[in-house]
Amino acid sequence: MELTAFDKELLNLLQGNLPVCSRPFEKLARELGTEESVVLQRVQELKQDGYLRRIGTFFDSNKLGYHGTLVALRVEPEHIPEVADAINGYPGATHNYEREGRYNLWFTLLTPSEQQEKRIIAEVSTLPGVEDVLNLKAHKKYKINVQFKLQ
Amino acid sequence: MCSSNCNELRQKVGIQVEAAGVSKLDKKIIRALQGEFPLVTEPYKELAESIGISEELFLQRVRAMEEDKKIRKMGAVLRHREVGFKANVLAAWVVPQEKLDAIARQMAKHPAVTHCYDRNTAPGWPYNLYTMIHGHSREECEQIARELGEENGITERTMLYSKREWKKTSMKYFCE
Repeated sequence: MELTAFDKELLNLLQGNLPVCSRPFEKLARELGTEESVVLQRVQELKQDGYLRRIGTFFDSNKLGYHGTLVALRVEPEHIPEVADAINGYPGATHNYEREGRYNLWFTLLTPSEQQEKRIIAEVSTLPGVEDVLNLKAHKKYKINVQFKLQ
Repeated sequence: MCSSNCNELRQKVGIQVEAAGVSKLDKKIIRALQGEFPLVTEPYKELAESIGISEELFLQRVRAMEEDKKIRKMGAVLRHREVGFKANVLAAWVVPQEKLDAIARQMAKHPAVTHCYDRNTAPGWPYNLYTMIHGHSREECEQIARELGEENGITERTMLYSKREWKKTSMKYFCE
């Protein structure tokens, strides 16, 4: 399916702000000069067709009291699948990527306490094939804004 | 004096603030919001009903959490590959400490940079600034990184291209 000009306009708007009011899709429809039912149907289709990863609320994990970090691992290549699987088993490991470079497995970790973070990193460090671990805590988040302007 | 006033106020509106500064009510609302957002005419009403509160109170708390920045964004995130942004790279930079803040702000301004964090270094790992760059191709990502480096006078970087996605989910808060 090709995105139409209307789809792009809708997606650009939807990425920026979902109105917080009783009928948010009606408000979006007004901005787009169309009907609420048209917007709702199109959003449902775009979701089904895989264009939308998620629609909803994105929280600031620190403001909710969670601790976050980025962990880089050097893993023997043949052990990557098991190590990746073990990491995926932690609910707070939200992103886990194999990457090019000396450290070849990278995951983000959110935990309700620093103790839990330490415990998980210690557990991961002892998995077979894990040769080195870096705990790369962020000091300041300058930008989190996953928006793609569609033209 | 102030704190007792605050407590009275909290009791009045039925909000009990917990250690992390998130009330029991807000935790319920957060749990409702982090699931699938209902694609119906009155989505907030549906979510409010699922946790047994009024739509009015639900909307009021969502607005309050937006205001105190617990909610960073309401909206959609696209599958970037499907919309044409097929390449992405985590570029990690070595930036002199005294220039770190200014350069991080500058790099964050670039529209192709979706995330920009400064992080601690480690022995043998001198990189202290991380930018996630999204582009239509690997060449475009390289070009953007070159520009960012030149604009800011930073030559030392490593390009951490992803080879495989093993997991990408959004966090489920307050489910432990």
